Amino acid sequence: MSTDVLFAALIAVAGGLAGGLVGVGGGVLFVPALTIFIGLSQVEGESTSLLMIVIVALVGAARQNAYGNLNLRDALVIGALSPLGVLIGVIVANEVPQRALELSFAALVLFVAYGLVRRAWRAPDQAGQGRRETE
Amino acid sequence: MPSERTLKLATIGTLAGIFSGIFGVGGGTVIVPLLIFWFGYGERLATGTSLGAIVLIGLLGAIAQGGFYGNVHVGTGLLLAIPAVLGVVMGTAIQQRIPQRAVSLLFAVLLVGVAIELIVK
Repeated sequence: MSTDVLFAALIAVAGGLAGGLVGVGGGVLFVPALTIFIGLSQVEGESTSLLMIVIVALVGAARQNAYGNLNLRDALVIGALSPLGVLIGVIVANEVPQRALELSFAALVLFVAYGLVRRAWRAPDQAGQGRRETE
Repeated sequence: MPSERTLKLATIGTLAGIFSGIFGVGGGTVIVPLLIFWFGYGERLATGTSLGAIVLIGLLGAIAQGGFYGNVHVGTGLLLAIPAVLGVVMGTAIQQRIPQRAVSLLFAVLLVGVAIELIVK
C-alpha cells in the first residue's frame, strides 16, 4: 500500500470520527483525501465523497438509533425536502456574486457558533448515556 | 394542512439543500444547529437525526452525480468508506461518553473552521 493511500485512509478515519461526534457527513475531509491523495478531479472527488457520506451516515445513524438518538420521521422529512433546496441553491449560486455568498454564510456560521457556545456555557452538564430528550 | 412542526422540518431540509447547493457543504452544518435551536433537541439526538437525513440527501446527490454524470469512482469510494466507517463507529461511541455541551463546543469549532475556509478561499 502506497503512502498516499495510507494518508487517504487516515483522513477518512478522521472524517468518520467527525461525522460520529458532531453529526456531519465528513465530506469536508473526504474531498481533500480523494483529490490530494488519490488524485481525483474536484468534481470526481466531490461525487465520490457523496458515496462515502451515504455509507458513513447510514452506519452512524444506525449506531445512534441503537443509542436512542435518532428521530427517523424528522430525519426523513428533512431529507425528503432537501432536493428543492439544492435546486434553489444552485440557482442562487449562479445569480448572486460568489464572494458575497461566502462572506454572508461565514458571518452566519460564526453567529451560530457563538449561539452554541453561549448555550453550552449556560446549560447544566448533561453527562451520561445517550437518551432521547425530545420526541 | 401540515403541522407547524412539519413545516419547520421542511424549512430545515430546504435550507440544508440551499447551502449544499451553493457551497457543496453537507447539510449537517445547517441541520444540527437548527434542530437544537428550533426544536430544543439535545446534541446527541440532533446529530443522530442529522445523520439520518444526510443518508437521504447524500443518496440523492450520489445517484444524480453517478447515474447522470458518471463522476462517482465506486471502487475507490467503497475502499475508503471502510476506514471512514471505522471512524464513525468510534465517533458515535465516544459521543455517548462525553457531556452534550462538549458536542456543542466541538460543533462550534467546526463552524469556525468552515467560516475561515469561506473567508480565505
